[in-house]
Amino acid sequence: MSHPAHPRLPDERLERQTDEGDQMLTASRRAVVADGIWADGDDTMIVNMGPQHPSTHGVLRIMVELDGETIVESKPIVGYLHTGMEKTGEELTYVQGGTNVTRMDYLSPLSNELVYSMAVERLLDLELPPRAVWMRMMLVELNRIASHLLFQATNGLDLAATSMMIYGWRERELTLRFLERVTGLRMNNNFIRPGGLAADLPDGWRADLDELCATIERGVRDYADLLAENPIWMERLVDVGRISTADAISLGITGPILRATGFAWDLRKAQPYLAYDQVDFDVVCGEHGDCYDRYLVRLHEILESVKIVRQCAERMPAGDYRVQDRKVTPPPRARIDESMEALIHHFKLFTEGFRVPPGETYVSIESPRGEIGCYLVADGTGKPARLHIRGPSLYNLQSLGTMAKGALVADAVAIVSSIDPIIGEVDR
Amino acid sequence: MANGDDSDGAAAARPAPDDEVVAAVVARFPATIPWVSHTQPVVYVERDAWHDLAEFLHDDERFTQCVDVTAVDHLVDEERAAIPGVTLERFEVVANFLSHPRNRRIRALCEVPEAEPKIASLADVYPGVNFAEREVYDLFGIEFEGHPDLTRILMPDDWVGSPLRKDDAPARIPVEFKEDPAPR
Repeated sequence: MSHPAHPRLPDERLERQTDEGDQMLTASRRAVVADGIWADGDDTMIVNMGPQHPSTHGVLRIMVELDGETIVESKPIVGYLHTGMEKTGEELTYVQGGTNVTRMDYLSPLSNELVYSMAVERLLDLELPPRAVWMRMMLVELNRIASHLLFQATNGLDLAATSMMIYGWRERELTLRFLERVTGLRMNNNFIRPGGLAADLPDGWRADLDELCATIERGVRDYADLLAENPIWMERLVDVGRISTADAISLGITGPILRATGFAWDLRKAQPYLAYDQVDFDVVCGEHGDCYDRYLVRLHEILESVKIVRQCAERMPAGDYRVQDRKVTPPPRARIDESMEALIHHFKLFTEGFRVPPGETYVSIESPRGEIGCYLVADGTGKPARLHIRGPSLYNLQSLGTMAKGALVADAVAIVSSIDPIIGEVDR
Repeated sequence: MANGDDSDGAAAARPAPDDEVVAAVVARFPATIPWVSHTQPVVYVERDAWHDLAEFLHDDERFTQCVDVTAVDHLVDEERAAIPGVTLERFEVVANFLSHPRNRRIRALCEVPEAEPKIASLADVYPGVNFAEREVYDLFGIEFEGHPDLTRILMPDDWVGSPLRKDDAPARIPVEFKEDPAPR
């Protein structure tokens, strides 16, 4: 199907691209087009997994070239969930931007908000009050727990360990319930905003949090009892989808997959942001870089995050939860009733937002899936000139071909599951 | 389990303007313009030196990972920060490099003119940029010469236009709504 031409696009460019339409088909797709489902003789067969396969975590399509049951070549085909979020980001003010980025990696929305807010704050040269820093750290770690718990659940489901799915979702729901109590929403919180946070912690948060931490720690022990040494589980995961540290680094892999190869690289330790240099935690790393090590790394990272959350709760400083700069953060609700100036600030902030001086910056943090980065370009207006999110899932997914080469087709599910890709972040 | 040396990490977060990697890059590629963007070391590279720079960073300066490749369209910028010595063009291709052993980062920017939106691909030096360069090709229409599989990645194969270009307006494809239900 052709699309109506954009009126402002020069015609010759349109023609050129239309002529090259055939070249845009990838080599493997051309083979499919030319020979039907058989490619390169009769030895191999190309099979499409997805985009509606339940184990593809959304709408991911994997083109697998099979020799019997062995994977010769595999290639992820992405884009089914592309909704132009980076383009949308250019249409929203800096105040509204959080609602957009939070929907990219929908399992760790707070990480997206954090990296976006940190980029805006760097362009504004804002320094945050300590309570905002520690609250952010606590919430992001809780979000990491929720994300890794869901990984335990979906990983179990993909490999038919259905009980694990129930347990993972159960504990994740408790974590989300706490986040809902603090932020007002289970997911897509839009709670971390440029200049601080949307609100202070609610009354009685400490008691709820202590109970939650205890429950999660008990839960992780249960999961380990259930699966970590289960012979069927190990049969499905050990030595499946191996990748070496060197390959992982050159393919741009970050996060738990890189650490599972035995390379202890974690931005929270290596290039500390927020107050990660003031809390005590270990970087969990594996040894073999297979699916089993990735499972274990994520399982143990839950415990490390609980450790960080406990320290945050204990050492939570008093004070402001956002900067007291009326050009960036709104005035307290009560002030609007009594001060004309406060009312104007509030009105201006939510209609026009604030202007950011021209400049560019790249900020990166450790999300549950690896290095999430925000490349932000400001042009002096109230909206970003360019908002780019470096989604770790996109790079991690790229390694599928390397991990799945020579594996059995049944292992493809285990490998995709252990990459833990979030298609919302891959496609944006 | 702990990784890296803390003092080194602090140095990476706040590099001095005379960053040693930037100094080495400028010594090797004299046409490069060094810059500090909000405490981060940045180099503006000539288009011809783009691939050589990546090789230099990878082989000589131990930059193990190219974390991200993206681009910016400056067509409608209200205001644009002037960098002394850099001829600004419509497009800017941006690559962020990370060195694990040295725990530091550097960002390279390259001005790409509208008339000839082409640049060398870094995929042979850093295989990880494969998808990222396809994304830039797809959304900005910038060609990466020497890329192993330069095809659209996010948009459909038969798409016309480059969505992230500023003159590629959103909502130019009319949304089809279903007919109204029968009158009540």
